[in-house]
Amino acid sequence: MYELKYDPEICEKCDTIDCLMRCQYIDIDLEEAKEERQRILRGEGGRVLRECATCYACEEYCPYGNHPFYQIVDLQEKLETWPVPVPLTKQQIGMMAPRGQIVPQKVHAPVINMCFFPMLLGCIRGKLFEGASTIAGSDIFCNVMWLHFAKSSVIRQRLPQMIDNIQNYYLKESGVDELICFHDECYGAFTHLAPALGIEVPFKPIYLFEYLTKKLTELKSEIKPLNEKVVYQRPCSNRLIPETQHWVDDIFKLIGADRVKREYDRENALCCGMLIRAMQRDDLADDVQKRNLDDMQATGAKYCVFNCPACLFSMREMVAERGITPILMSELCQIALGEGIGW
Amino acid sequence: MEEVYKQLADIVGEQYVSNHQEERFIYARDPGTMEPREPDMVVMPNTTEEVRKIVLVANEKGVPIVPMGGGLVLSGLTRALKGGIILDMKRMNRIIEVNESSRYALVEAGTSQGMLQAYLKKHHPSLKHSVPDAPPIATIGGNVLIHGSGHLSAAGGFHSEMLNGLEVVLPTGEVARVGSCATSPYWFSRSPLPDLAGLFLGWAGTTGIATKLAIKLFPNLPINDADVFVTEDPEIVPDIISRLTRTQVAEDMMAAMAPKPEWLHGLQMTIVNYGAETKRELTLKRDLLRESVRKYTDEKVGGFMPLPPDMKGRFIEAPQRSLSRFADVRQGGGFEYVGGIMPIELFAKAYRVGIEIPERYGITYALGARIVGLGHCMMFFFAYPFNRADKNDVRNAQKALEDTNEAVLEMGGIPWKAEAPAQKQIIKKMDHNTFALMNRLREVLDPNGIMNPGNWEVD
Amino acid sequence: MEHSEILHRCFRCGFCKLPDNYLDINCPSYLKYRFETYSPGGRMWLLRGLLEGEIKASPRLGEILFSCAACGNCVDHCVFPKFKDDLLDAFIAGRGELVNEGAIPPMARDYFKAIQSYGNPYKLPEAERGNWADGLGIEPYKDQEYLFFAGCVGSYDERGQKMARAVASLLKDWGVSFGILGADERCDGNEVKAMGEAGLFEMIAKQNIEKFKEVGVSKIIALSPHAYHAMKNEYPKFGGLFQVSHYSQVLVGLMGKGKFASADKPLRVTFHDPCYLGRHNKEYMSPRMILGAIPGIEYVDMARAMGDALCCGGGGGNFFTDMLGGGVDAPSRVRVREAADTGAEVLAVACPKCAKMLEDAIKAEDLDEKIEVMDLAEIIKSRTA
Repeated sequence: MYELKYDPEICEKCDTIDCLMRCQYIDIDLEEAKEERQRILRGEGGRVLRECATCYACEEYCPYGNHPFYQIVDLQEKLETWPVPVPLTKQQIGMMAPRGQIVPQKVHAPVINMCFFPMLLGCIRGKLFEGASTIAGSDIFCNVMWLHFAKSSVIRQRLPQMIDNIQNYYLKESGVDELICFHDECYGAFTHLAPALGIEVPFKPIYLFEYLTKKLTELKSEIKPLNEKVVYQRPCSNRLIPETQHWVDDIFKLIGADRVKREYDRENALCCGMLIRAMQRDDLADDVQKRNLDDMQATGAKYCVFNCPACLFSMREMVAERGITPILMSELCQIALGEGIGW
Repeated sequence: MEEVYKQLADIVGEQYVSNHQEERFIYARDPGTMEPREPDMVVMPNTTEEVRKIVLVANEKGVPIVPMGGGLVLSGLTRALKGGIILDMKRMNRIIEVNESSRYALVEAGTSQGMLQAYLKKHHPSLKHSVPDAPPIATIGGNVLIHGSGHLSAAGGFHSEMLNGLEVVLPTGEVARVGSCATSPYWFSRSPLPDLAGLFLGWAGTTGIATKLAIKLFPNLPINDADVFVTEDPEIVPDIISRLTRTQVAEDMMAAMAPKPEWLHGLQMTIVNYGAETKRELTLKRDLLRESVRKYTDEKVGGFMPLPPDMKGRFIEAPQRSLSRFADVRQGGGFEYVGGIMPIELFAKAYRVGIEIPERYGITYALGARIVGLGHCMMFFFAYPFNRADKNDVRNAQKALEDTNEAVLEMGGIPWKAEAPAQKQIIKKMDHNTFALMNRLREVLDPNGIMNPGNWEVD
Repeated sequence: MEHSEILHRCFRCGFCKLPDNYLDINCPSYLKYRFETYSPGGRMWLLRGLLEGEIKASPRLGEILFSCAACGNCVDHCVFPKFKDDLLDAFIAGRGELVNEGAIPPMARDYFKAIQSYGNPYKLPEAERGNWADGLGIEPYKDQEYLFFAGCVGSYDERGQKMARAVASLLKDWGVSFGILGADERCDGNEVKAMGEAGLFEMIAKQNIEKFKEVGVSKIIALSPHAYHAMKNEYPKFGGLFQVSHYSQVLVGLMGKGKFASADKPLRVTFHDPCYLGRHNKEYMSPRMILGAIPGIEYVDMARAMGDALCCGGGGGNFFTDMLGGGVDAPSRVRVREAADTGAEVLAVACPKCAKMLEDAIKAEDLDEKIEVMDLAEIIKSRTA
């Protein structure tokens, strides 16, 4: 059930092995990359399985959309090559488990899906979100994070139920068929991961930044351009949905934010480090965070814009220590509309 | 008793002694499961001299005396088992001296943990004392004298080991000095004199009343962090603790286990607290801890949680307020625990017992182990919450506590601050000559048997 | 008894005795009396004992229950989120039990009698209630924007009157449109309620509400945070919906009107948060902003400030029953020692009860040369060119 939809022959015939050659965390030459490719196809363990930082980037790097990362994760699970120690994995799986507390709730468009980040509900305010309904909770958690723990079996087990919950407890009865995903991971779950596993999604996911662009365009006359330099912390989950990247620039253009050119942006973005620490690889996490922060600081940016709550919680103190204000994208837009910071 | 009351009123002043029903009611009751035992009166001395006079009166009249600090011992050691006078020492809460060079503080016995902590933060911010997780009104005297432990125990051992000296009023009324303070103006050590502190530590107030204590202070480092190591196999925990303690980085180390929340069930979280002068030093210490358990992380059988800074607050808080909140788990304002002092190699055994006993009574629980010294031993606690308005609930907790005391003794541990019934179990197991020695000393110190009678006795 | 279901949940852990920073004892009655019985935990267990028949009402129990200053320190600092909010209400309900049994301290009984008979605790004629305003040219209330409510202490107590005069004349100077009820004013009832006489309080509240409506009051400026608290939080329950401000909340928006002398002599000031403005209603900022807007004021907070402030001991009826005064451990005396420790020359207050309690304490502590009590309006006036 929910077999990963990919073509092994494409991997077999691939000459460039972009997935491994462009990897920012494994230092590998083409010859070894080809050998590792063979090992993975044969279902055998190897260096890649052990050293993968689970940054999701190879999903983007593969020119054929052949899901190299999902293959790695499935094989890690099969061979029990755990990236994160087992007790931590069990703890997280327990903590993020559905609690069966969901009750039917009438909602009306626009419906903002806050996934399992109820602490960010305070962000849903002001003109951008006027009249919005929000949904949040363990029973609608998108479960994509198990890709970091080599537990896509948990995704297969829980995600279909989450999708059903969203549909049956909220959307269907209310006659709403669009769901705005506050977080990339949810949007990626519904538009990229679910189809790859053959899971059906009965509603239409909308990318938050697309929604924000639309609203900002409507409210254009009320925007006071920020005229500030910003850097953007591109989250790993955006690697599943790279076609959405342009919305970031669209928003920045509308609000007068200058996305300063820097090394670790766009396809070169660096992991926030939280999961690398969970893998007990603090040296690597220290290095990755330092390079990313040095890079940010050198731009002289005023804001570091986040999309992902996990990146935010992991990095906001260190970003602030560098003299840069950490902020969510929606909050930056609220500032441009003169609505200040809520939480 | 009328006569005694009048004499006490003369000593402390009318407003600081009471034989009213209200004081007798409250002071009879410890917040744990032990049954109430009413005193005849409660008196609150303000000076050592007043304590001395009170003791003389009590000795003359053969009235029992029960010294009391915060009254938070939870095992009922401040109840007046044979009636008599409870001495609430908390008016004697002055901080007398802080010696920064030699790192000690001299305080009156009734000084509260919280007030000393606040005082040091304000006046001597480079120093701190080892705070137990008891609520902050708990006293220095009470905690040290029962061999407490706390947030610096991984560095400095039991709080009794951090004691430099005592001023104590003997049951016969003499005021004695214990430690270097007996011959020197400095309260820096119990060595090299014959160590008389042992006559008063762990005796449940049966040998005298401490009026002043000097305790060691430790560096209060500007940057503080907590790392949490998660395992699911209790058998590997002793070795992990051994490795972590060998780095000599930790100020405090505590393993925590509980059946709730669901995700914690079956896991052990070992919390390591440490501090540093600089970020670089903090990273260095972090790396020392990481390396020490590399064997286990490589095997993926244990790992440190990647906690963002704002989630660490609850692990760094001293004292931990969440531990007090455990009392409301049964919505009944109560919990009591057995704190088994035992070697760390007994961890897995204690853990199994700690799950089996509450399951036997169908009650919930929390388990933990505070590491004392460089892995020299641990205080493994088995905590049972109860609803004090439900007699059955209280009874279940009592039975679980009784069984736990027995199990701890059986495996080679010893319950600390043991309640009167558990003391009898300890005595049963105790070396005959040791108990005889205890009795001889008590006869010498307290010939009229007035000091907290009912404790450390066989029936 | 209302809230009896929380009594057994108290662990007597004692967090209620202390402020957030654990600096020193912060429960006024426990500070003075020091028996466990006089702490919030003691009261919880004693009330449960009373209701279960294990103890009987007695003068001692009356003293224990009525020495609570209703300061709310326990509510703020109890670590049990599920019932901490009801602690003070439980103690008030306990007082109500003693009221029903007729077992209250004589001073409390006298207080209730005086309020019932005279409309004020001083047993002074109602006709004299407005005399504090003599010579200030303040109009009786008749369609002005605000009713200025002086309260019993402001109307009859010498120190209170001084403060009422300072506040009212300042409001007048700064062009605030207000009137007073004068001899028609009656006790606001806050202390009556805090002392457990729910029935009498309801009567008082309804009478006041009727009077206010009769003369067309919609906005009220209260001199005393006690009146502020009662009218803002309790009167709506009886249909009295008015826009209630404490005078500091009005002055803070008018500081631009001040013509202050230049700061040739800096003045060090500290502020004592009144419980019914601060802890109970979370208004910590207006007084500080007022002081911050006066040139030359060097402001310094005491070690225990805002939610950690040590009550002066005047609440819960104790201003009249005097159970918390006297002795070196009296909260008012401890508080003025704390104020003097900051090096401040002025101890700023915003409540007439605090003003009197702390002023008396300064005398008792022989600190007259070092520090003086002034309310916010008195400070503003003294710094006005």
